Amino acid sequence: MLPPELLKEGERQMTICNACRYCEGYCAVFPAIELRRNFTKADLTYLANLCFDCRDCYYACQYAPPHEFGVNLPKLMSQLRVETYREFSSPAIFSALFKKNGLAVSLITFAALAIIMLLVLGLKGPGILFGIHLGDGAFYRVVPFLAMTIPALIIALYGFTVLLMGAVHFWRETQGHLSEMISLSDLWRATKDAFGLTYMKGGGAGCSYPDASFTYSRRWFHHLVFYGFLLDFASTSVAAFYDHFLGWQAPYPFFSVPVVLGTVGGIGLVIGTSGLMVLKYQSDRDPAEAKMLTMDVAFLALLFFTSLTGLVLLALRDTAAMGTLLVIHLSVVVGLFITMPYGKFAHVVYRYAALVRYAIEQRRNHSVNQ
Amino acid sequence: MQASNDPYDVIVIGGGNAGLCAAITARRAGARVLLLESATKDFRGGNSRHTRNIRAMHQTATAYLTGPYGEEEFWDDLLQVTGGETNEHLARMTIRASEELGEWMPANGVRWQGSLRGTLHLGRTNLFMLGGGKAMVNAYYNAASRLGVELAYESEVRELKIGDGEFLSAVAIRNEVAHEFNARAIVVASGGFEANIPWLKEYWGEAADNFIIRGTKHNQGQMLKELLKHGAKPVGNPRGCHAVALDARAPKFDGGIVTRLDSVPFGIVVNKEIKRFYDEGEDFWPKRYAIWGKLIAEQPDQIAYSIVDAKALPLFMPSVFPPVKAGSIPELAAALGLDPPALVTVVDKFNRAVRPGAFDPASLDFCRTEGLQPPKSHWAKAIDTPPYYGYPLRPGITFTYLGVTVDEQARVIMQGDRPAKNIFAAGEVMAGNILGKGYLGGFGLTIGSVFGRIAGREAARYATS
Repeated sequence: MLPPELLKEGERQMTICNACRYCEGYCAVFPAIELRRNFTKADLTYLANLCFDCRDCYYACQYAPPHEFGVNLPKLMSQLRVETYREFSSPAIFSALFKKNGLAVSLITFAALAIIMLLVLGLKGPGILFGIHLGDGAFYRVVPFLAMTIPALIIALYGFTVLLMGAVHFWRETQGHLSEMISLSDLWRATKDAFGLTYMKGGGAGCSYPDASFTYSRRWFHHLVFYGFLLDFASTSVAAFYDHFLGWQAPYPFFSVPVVLGTVGGIGLVIGTSGLMVLKYQSDRDPAEAKMLTMDVAFLALLFFTSLTGLVLLALRDTAAMGTLLVIHLSVVVGLFITMPYGKFAHVVYRYAALVRYAIEQRRNHSVNQ
Repeated sequence: MQASNDPYDVIVIGGGNAGLCAAITARRAGARVLLLESATKDFRGGNSRHTRNIRAMHQTATAYLTGPYGEEEFWDDLLQVTGGETNEHLARMTIRASEELGEWMPANGVRWQGSLRGTLHLGRTNLFMLGGGKAMVNAYYNAASRLGVELAYESEVRELKIGDGEFLSAVAIRNEVAHEFNARAIVVASGGFEANIPWLKEYWGEAADNFIIRGTKHNQGQMLKELLKHGAKPVGNPRGCHAVALDARAPKFDGGIVTRLDSVPFGIVVNKEIKRFYDEGEDFWPKRYAIWGKLIAEQPDQIAYSIVDAKALPLFMPSVFPPVKAGSIPELAAALGLDPPALVTVVDKFNRAVRPGAFDPASLDFCRTEGLQPPKSHWAKAIDTPPYYGYPLRPGITFTYLGVTVDEQARVIMQGDRPAKNIFAAGEVMAGNILGKGYLGGFGLTIGSVFGRIAGREAARYATS
């Protein structure tokens, strides 16, 4: 349940925005507000997930604190988003992970590290862990292929299921029907807006992030993270294809497709996540929600360590450090996968769903007006 | 009193649009500039922080404007709203100079947005600032700061020392300590006196206590008073102010745009004695809303009530305060603190007087009353569909018209019609030269920007020559 006082506050602030409308050039949230007169839980859920936290509206707002109207949309939207991520994730017992996300993510990752390390030491012994392994299947001599892939697949499948259920839940909650005709053009528009980060452009100004001056840096860092992540995903997929269909076993040569994709993606992720973390560190806390900030940092840190350990592993894979590095890398990846549906990664799902809803809504509104 | 020994070239008093344009221009011209702003950093920018768009002449449509708007049409619009209370020479100069603003403003950090799709039909004549007036003010403060204008917040100027028509120094209060600032020239851009209730009372009596001030509480008119005391030639009707109908629940100051109410033409308006007092459907609301402030100011206790039914609710922009809602007229009256039988009588009488017609909120539809005093000429429909809604209304003051006379170099005209050599004025404090009466959307910013730039240029020229 979203806290009633938060819903009430949301309705109050949206009503002020709807009577003002000065910010409508910044992003999708304001045109979406303008189509409404009342702001129910469903509307607030949708609008909050349409917000990219660019903060342009906050600094442009004549009613921002200390004005007695106290309009602070970025903070309100972040509070609502934390609550929607929690509400739409399942099962309820795990949704609690959203409450202390930074702590949860760290504990899960360290637990994964401890378990994997103990398993390798116990089942393989220190000789294997600290030995030098070269040639085909070198990694699998430390962690056997099935032990590496089966749990990972199960965890990934689980995460995917939870997120999909969340998306369905979100769609229903925001008054959408599953059977609703989604046209290709709506999906295309939403995809373009998601892949291009349209609403981090602030109507041409960029984000007011980390402070009141406009900049595109947040958008570029986010692009590095997003496309770095996709490249790493592609790298893993190609490697799986090599292994499964061609029988080529990792490690692959430096100039093979999986390694090049993984390296470029990994470097993008390291730069992107570091950049975003620096921006978050510098950012103005007045329009921020502490819980969201913690969740952001936890996710960014996991992505950062995933790519960093991957890159170091690549560089030192022919040395005696390989075994230890592999265990550390796999542990961080496990931490990332387990917490995916219970952390900031969830924003990918709800943001995209909100963008699709926006595309549908705007198309309908335009066809009514014509 | 503390004195600053190193004199500035130019001191700008007031950090709204006009003052910022003056400070930026003077600094670009090479002057050492100090800008004194009475508000805190959060509330800087005077009434400019509540603005939305600026009226500017242009020859062709652009990415942000839907069609051309030439000098003659602009001038005709101004002539119409002022009824001739304008200085044609200064007005035409302002109109022509406004053409440069479309480029000058972005060069100083302001961004435009495509025309608004809301209820204001200004997409052809007015440029809309992305994010509105506060975003514009923020951009100007950044530009000024980058250029090296010295900015002082919470610095309210109380006194101008003027000898023989020449500015000598300004005394400002900062942290409760008086500081005396010397400069070779001064630009007064400190707005009107609409937030000065005792001053408003001189013309409106006790009624002024019930006025809501739409903009900043800092527009006390202190600099206007100082200039007039030292012999500046006044311009504009001292009693004149732009007064609109606002939601009575609005904050006393700085409520800005959201407290306006557009419900009037779609229902009836009664005073606390439950009498209608003016034709609610006389003309389109954008052409009439500015007379309703004065109309309500003339009612007992300066309060009125807009009454509409469920049919009317979707026809006007939502306002910030939810309407008082009731299932019947007597219940609505009770909720508004009015006499229920009296309101029932007024509504019944109105409903009986409504003639059938083709209702159209987008045109003058002549859906009207017959045999009713005062009549309702357009958009008259029976108030008969529950739930019923009521909004309390009060006069809301946007700005005052009284100012100081200036010449085309923005110099303040002193006694004997002589221009002061180093006293310049820009913005609301001199807007009465051009807009002596009435209202033209986005034109206050035009006057402030054009005269701010002129004042900055001329002050720098005088100070550095």
